[in-house]
Amino acid sequence: MRFSIYRYNPDTDAKPRMQDYELAIEAGDMMLLDAMLLLKDQDDTLSFRRSCREGVCGSDAMNINGFNGLACVTPLSSLKQPITLRPLPGLPVIRDLIVDMEQFYHQYRSIKPYLINEEPEPEIERLQSPEERAELDGLYECILCACCSTSCPSFWWNPDKFVGPAGLLQAYRFIADSRDKATRERLDDLEDPYRLFRCHSIMNCVAACPKGLNPTLAIGRIKELLTKRTV
Amino acid sequence: MAVAKRTFDAVIIGGGGAGLRAALQLAKSDLKVALVSKVFPTRSHTVSAQGGIAASLGNVKEDSWHWHMYDTVKGSDYLGDQDAIEFMCRQANEAVIELEHFGMPFDRLPDGKIYQRPFGGMTQNYGGDPAIRTCAVADRTGHAMLHTLYQRNVAAKTHFFEEYFAVDLVTDHHGYTLGVVILNLQTGEPLFIEARATILATGGAGRIFAATTNALINTGDGLGMVLRAGLPLEDMEFWQFHPTGIHGAGVLVTEGVRGEGGYLVNKDGERFMERYAPNAKDLASRDVVSRAMAVEIHEGRGCGPKADHVYLKLDHLGPEVIKSKLPGIRELSLKFAHVDPIEAPIPVVPTVHYMMGGIPTNLHGQVVAPTRTGPEEAIPGLYAIGECACVSVHGANRLGSNSLLDLIVFGRAAGNRVIDHLKENPFPRPVPVDALDPALSRLARWDRKGGGESVSAIREDLRQTMQRHCGVFRAAEVLKEGVAKVKAIAERLPHAALTDHSKTFNTARIEALELENLMGVALATIVSAEARTESRGAHARDDHPQRDDRNWLKHSLYYAEDHRLDYKPVRLKPLTVESFEPKARSY
Ligand SMILES: Cc1cc2nc3c(=O)[nH]c(=O)nc-3n(C[C@H](O)[C@H](O)[C@H](O)COP(=O)(O)OP(=O)(O)OC[C@H]3O[C@@H](n4cnc5c(N)ncnc54)[C@H](O)[C@@H]3O)c2cc1C
Ligand code: SF4
Ligand code: SF4
Ligand code: FES
Repeated sequence: MRFSIYRYNPDTDAKPRMQDYELAIEAGDMMLLDAMLLLKDQDDTLSFRRSCREGVCGSDAMNINGFNGLACVTPLSSLKQPITLRPLPGLPVIRDLIVDMEQFYHQYRSIKPYLINEEPEPEIERLQSPEERAELDGLYECILCACCSTSCPSFWWNPDKFVGPAGLLQAYRFIADSRDKATRERLDDLEDPYRLFRCHSIMNCVAACPKGLNPTLAIGRIKELLTKRTV
Repeated sequence: MAVAKRTFDAVIIGGGGAGLRAALQLAKSDLKVALVSKVFPTRSHTVSAQGGIAASLGNVKEDSWHWHMYDTVKGSDYLGDQDAIEFMCRQANEAVIELEHFGMPFDRLPDGKIYQRPFGGMTQNYGGDPAIRTCAVADRTGHAMLHTLYQRNVAAKTHFFEEYFAVDLVTDHHGYTLGVVILNLQTGEPLFIEARATILATGGAGRIFAATTNALINTGDGLGMVLRAGLPLEDMEFWQFHPTGIHGAGVLVTEGVRGEGGYLVNKDGERFMERYAPNAKDLASRDVVSRAMAVEIHEGRGCGPKADHVYLKLDHLGPEVIKSKLPGIRELSLKFAHVDPIEAPIPVVPTVHYMMGGIPTNLHGQVVAPTRTGPEEAIPGLYAIGECACVSVHGANRLGSNSLLDLIVFGRAAGNRVIDHLKENPFPRPVPVDALDPALSRLARWDRKGGGESVSAIREDLRQTMQRHCGVFRAAEVLKEGVAKVKAIAERLPHAALTDHSKTFNTARIEALELENLMGVALATIVSAEARTESRGAHARDDHPQRDDRNWLKHSLYYAEDHRLDYKPVRLKPLTVESFEPKARSY
């Protein structure tokens, strides 16, 4: 199998380059990450993040043949050769396929990603009906991989000001939670030409999400809530 | 070499469930706390936990913490410490309710309370009908819990050192822990974190085996650090094989599948667990189910062309239940087994899953060792919690959904004890001039240029050897050979070399440091296993098939120096209730 991989080591390289690799393997049932681990056995300088190897931790997001995805759940057999791997677009590259995620995390933290409820805590759980709980499905499962935000043109241009699809999905996760009492403050915070309204519904984010989540839908819901409260 | 230093009141190493819960406890008292993690916290292995977290809330059926305690003691094959088990089971309800208040999105029952499901080994009335005790967020409980705890830490403004690798503890000649040397992955620079309390929460080490449900980062780093500090590891022979790892991939299928009504069949379509555990059947304890599967496969009733696995059948649950309660499993099965469980059974094999042993602690999370006077003297300034610790609530076999509980109960308890310790010790102790040398020379060793064997070659040999010589069934000869082989592999490590010597994000160096830790954990495991001539919980010896309480109702302690073994008694006396006396174990 043939690979073409983005390489850049600031210690030794003046600029990035693409490096070709070959592996004498059959795709079979292998995932892309399995192949990358074999490449790393051959060349220990090849650098990328990984942890769970089952698509739940969000470590190994990268640009695979032009599309953002997780290497560990991308079957090799689904990829055209040479398999071209690049770092996630739009974020500063630290080394090879490793990007600096700080802007992405910063936007996530900026939406106050935690339940806000100042009422006294009951001795038991706060009750929530199965229907109310179902509102959180499709939202809470986000693994913060950044596949979505780094495929979003609005995020590329304004990563410091636009929250981006992942952060907005989480903002809506708390707005939608019947236990959260800060909807008004959350909406106030997003009513801003940049934080929310840079989204032009291009839907790249939906296509990119490896967990099948739909940030555009959540963004639409937030916009709806904002319109509702102005009329 | 001058190393930069930062001073905190306490440092926590590990951003999984245990570390994040401890950090929240400390944040409440306005202490200066550093939380170090080699990965961004939500990439920690806790994220993979699927089935749930145990607590006797009784939301579906009557339940009590005392029944939960009985099940845990019995599940542990009586090797668990009953004071710690009472402590954990008593606090479970409060701990889970607190997670709910933190915002964890538990599934709900029609009356709005937390959804609970049955899990293996959990019963009503001391071994009666199955209990419904495991609180769940679909089959993504760990993800929901880890993200919730991380989110609370964002709210609490915890000081994170993300993508820093802990190299070694810093200690003085009186045995005090003074902090830790960490390595900034991005810059490659070491940093000394000085702290009056150090909490290890570094998780498991399943990567010592070739086939495991564990993440690639589960390399037992905290255990390696403790061994290098001259301290022992407890009960390392006890490794849980989870019955349902996906054949070939090692990816886990939660016991919650059997909790929801799924069951195992052999090649004849027979529900074979009825023969091995007539009452609990597929919900018997994990050691029991894994051994039954191994026997079925060994006796030629396995499935597939090589007859090397069995099937987990759940299509009869119907698409509704599978889609709403087990969506993550369906996704994993489609991806890794190419099977849609709505239509066909999933091929599964027993797979290494959980480390019952670890760093010995008491129920306050203090690391304990036989130093001067007793077998369990606290090491000043050092704590351990979560899977890396052995408190010991799981004994010889953990019950599913008790680990997530362990993380939060002891994360909190350790936090509280650290607060007391910091009050009693308001000033840092002097750091001896040479205290950082061991950590720094360990780092420098990998800068050596020139040829040598690769880290990955040694690691793969180690993992294959552990798999072959320390599996579900063990025997004297195989273990003895295994010990010799692992020792021989360990001797190759000093000759290994890297080709990558750059500073920036050098993952090759991290893998080398991890291999040193894996090596220590593997040796501890196989040496302890060879010595224990009985079968108890997850440790099953062909040559000693019975449990031997007369000689072996005791915890193993392994020291790296000369691979020395020592033993200490099991704490059979609970805090307030009567002991559960060791009895024959059947399900
Ligand atoms: C697939 C799977 C499913 C499971 N399902 C369940 C379940 O349903 N219920 C249940 O109760 N249990 C379950 N378990 C077990 C449970 O998930 C784990 O035991 C538990 O999550 C471990 O948590 P922890 O906080 O101890 O460690 P981890 O979550 O593993 O975190 C370890 C932390 O330490 C850090 N770290 C490690 N080494 C270093 C170092 N050298 N320097 C800096 N940082 C370091 C890591 O970055 C990480 O943040 C499951 C386990 C697996 C494998
Ligand atoms: S829909 Fe909005 S958030 Fe998604 S990619 Fe387009 S602009 Fe970005
Ligand atoms: S929404 Fe999807 S793509 Fe975006 S960070 Fe979350 S999981 Fe990744
Ligand atoms: S390694 Fe965790 S998502 Fe791929």
